[in-house]
Amino acid sequence: MFRNALVAVAIAVSIAVPASVIAADDGRSNAANAFNPAISLIVSGQYSHQQLDPQDYRIGGFIPGGDEVGPGARGFNIGESELTLSANIDPYLSGYFVLSVSGENTVSVEEGVIQNAGLVPGVSLKFGRMLSAFGYLNEQHAHAWDFTDAPLVHQAFFGGKLQEDGLQVRWLAPTPLFVELGAETGRGAGFPGSERNTNSLNSTMAFLHVGDDIGLSSSYRIGGSYRRTQALNRPYEDLNSTGAAVNNAFTGDSTMWGLDLVWKWSPNGNVVDRNLKLVAEYMHRTEDGTLSFNTTGMGSSGAYRSSQSGWYVQAAYQFMPRWRVGLRQDRLDSGRPVFGLNLVRPGGPTVADFPGLAPNRPQRVTAMIDFSPSEFSRFRVQVARDEARSGAPDNQWNLQYLMSLGTHGAHKF
Amino acid sequence: MTTVRSILAVALLSVCAPAFATVNVFACLPEWAALANELGGSKVNVYQASTALQDPHRIEARPSLVARMRSADLAICTGAELEIGWLPVLQQTAGNPRVQTGQPGFIAAAELVDRLEIPTRIDRAEGDIHPQGNPHVQLNPHNIARIAAAVTQRLEQIDASNAAFYEARGKDFQARWAQAIVRWEKEAATLKGLRIVPYHKDTVYLIKWLGMVEVMNVEAKPGIPPSAGQISELIGRLKGGAADVITRSAYQDPKAAVSLGQKTGLPVVELPYTVGGTAQAKDLFGLFDDSIARLKAAKK
Repeated sequence: MFRNALVAVAIAVSIAVPASVIAADDGRSNAANAFNPAISLIVSGQYSHQQLDPQDYRIGGFIPGGDEVGPGARGFNIGESELTLSANIDPYLSGYFVLSVSGENTVSVEEGVIQNAGLVPGVSLKFGRMLSAFGYLNEQHAHAWDFTDAPLVHQAFFGGKLQEDGLQVRWLAPTPLFVELGAETGRGAGFPGSERNTNSLNSTMAFLHVGDDIGLSSSYRIGGSYRRTQALNRPYEDLNSTGAAVNNAFTGDSTMWGLDLVWKWSPNGNVVDRNLKLVAEYMHRTEDGTLSFNTTGMGSSGAYRSSQSGWYVQAAYQFMPRWRVGLRQDRLDSGRPVFGLNLVRPGGPTVADFPGLAPNRPQRVTAMIDFSPSEFSRFRVQVARDEARSGAPDNQWNLQYLMSLGTHGAHKF
Repeated sequence: MTTVRSILAVALLSVCAPAFATVNVFACLPEWAALANELGGSKVNVYQASTALQDPHRIEARPSLVARMRSADLAICTGAELEIGWLPVLQQTAGNPRVQTGQPGFIAAAELVDRLEIPTRIDRAEGDIHPQGNPHVQLNPHNIARIAAAVTQRLEQIDASNAAFYEARGKDFQARWAQAIVRWEKEAATLKGLRIVPYHKDTVYLIKWLGMVEVMNVEAKPGIPPSAGQISELIGRLKGGAADVITRSAYQDPKAAVSLGQKTGLPVVELPYTVGGTAQAKDLFGLFDDSIARLKAAKK
């Protein structure tokens, strides 16, 4: 979703000016709104059919967090709409602002980024709120995904997506081989971090990307990411061994690393008729700290450590103009949490008091077919067998539409 | 190993700056790569970002392109939004201030010439239209001459120590090009009035230059594949004798044009569209030689 704001402004000018003015002016305009930012609106929605109640959705074995977990509501619902404004600010900086409006009528700032590229050769600087560059898919907005929902590993580890209020620096090596090094730091308030009410930074992240072409038809990018953040009394709900609801909380370090690969193929590099896109990501997260059981009642706290991983592999194949099919496999491994002897102890909670953390290996298989009448519209049918809940498979199907109104900038690789 | 060597080479180069060993030129499309080679000769190192078999609207912003843009001293693209789906990403992520729009190191070729078909109605319902006019300007050699003059001037500005070299090379090219234009216009005189149905609106500059007529396009709206109804209406009109030839560019899938040719009995001409589109279109001269030869062969 990067846009070159210069080009974007040019389009904004042409779009903002009434057609009659353009006709009279032969494309040139000195209208007062010539400096208006470019506007892009993504409107999406879906009809969703789910065998199991989405309100009970829970990725078994993982401490839940974030608000974009699960397959969404049943029936017809308008999805997340994205409104993007972008423009050059001055000769040095450009900016873009992405507002996300949910079907439940909540508005949130998805991104609000100020950026500079090239003040120092090869260095790009971004600050504000951004989608973190951890892995491949997280940086992409939902409308650019090949499936209606995020991979399970993004839901389990990021609560849907990883946003950062902070700073990102990238350096691109001056070599014919694409080698990009980057780092991010910031507030780290989103899951798996938490609000901490401190002056200090709460997250650090580093990443490396390498990419190239293989002949005329293929190209790839591989990446590695590492991120540390801290959580302070990050709450979640579970049931105790008698089935009563309890509030628990985690405090400690959350350390993640990941590997990602994207590979694209098209005959002679011409994507129009046929093309294939393969994406795979693996992530591992260790959480080490203190778990508090039943924080609102007769609580007890003690050491807790988890070592969890997940991956997905997905392919989208355009077999003829406008039509694509896709397949995705998701896997997670919750591992077995290590409870300290000061937490699980005689007279205190037992392992059975943490059913949400019982070891689990969630998986999901998803297939989709989509049709794009033009570059600006897409209709998709998706079916999934989701075994994220411990022991209860859920068959889901979705009809989704994605529409792009206004300017629409270039997509990243 | 090559990577290590290239890292070392680039490190050395940056130490040795500002005298250019060679000017790194990033050419978005094959025609601009060919032009840069004509005008820069041994003083330029040209990277061609796409081939004649790739749709210029739909190039992926691949990591390899970002990496090449990073080290470019001059980027030559068509502009007028032809590359809007990929060029902005390269400019934004390469971290190279030299090739930003408005800098001496960036040339938007189409914006240097008079563009045809500037739309009076900017509306996506019209398909994939370009608000700044039809960007496929390379198929009129008079446009190439104007763009060449600008490229020469930029090379002289960027690599001032070799200005005399570029000046001489530019003059030589312009002289040969002017002669070629005279020859082409003579050879193509018989094509005047030829009624053409191109697949996409990417041949208008050639058509206008040679006094041919664009009857309609196979795509009823630019960038939108025609519906079955539109195809059958098209076949009806073509069977009624509305046109002489159907053309398609090398990067387009031959199926639609070939099947139209079979159904209407009209000859289907594959045009190179740019350098490398056919075996004969080896350079800019070959591009026009071959385009004219193919149209003349179909007319017989």
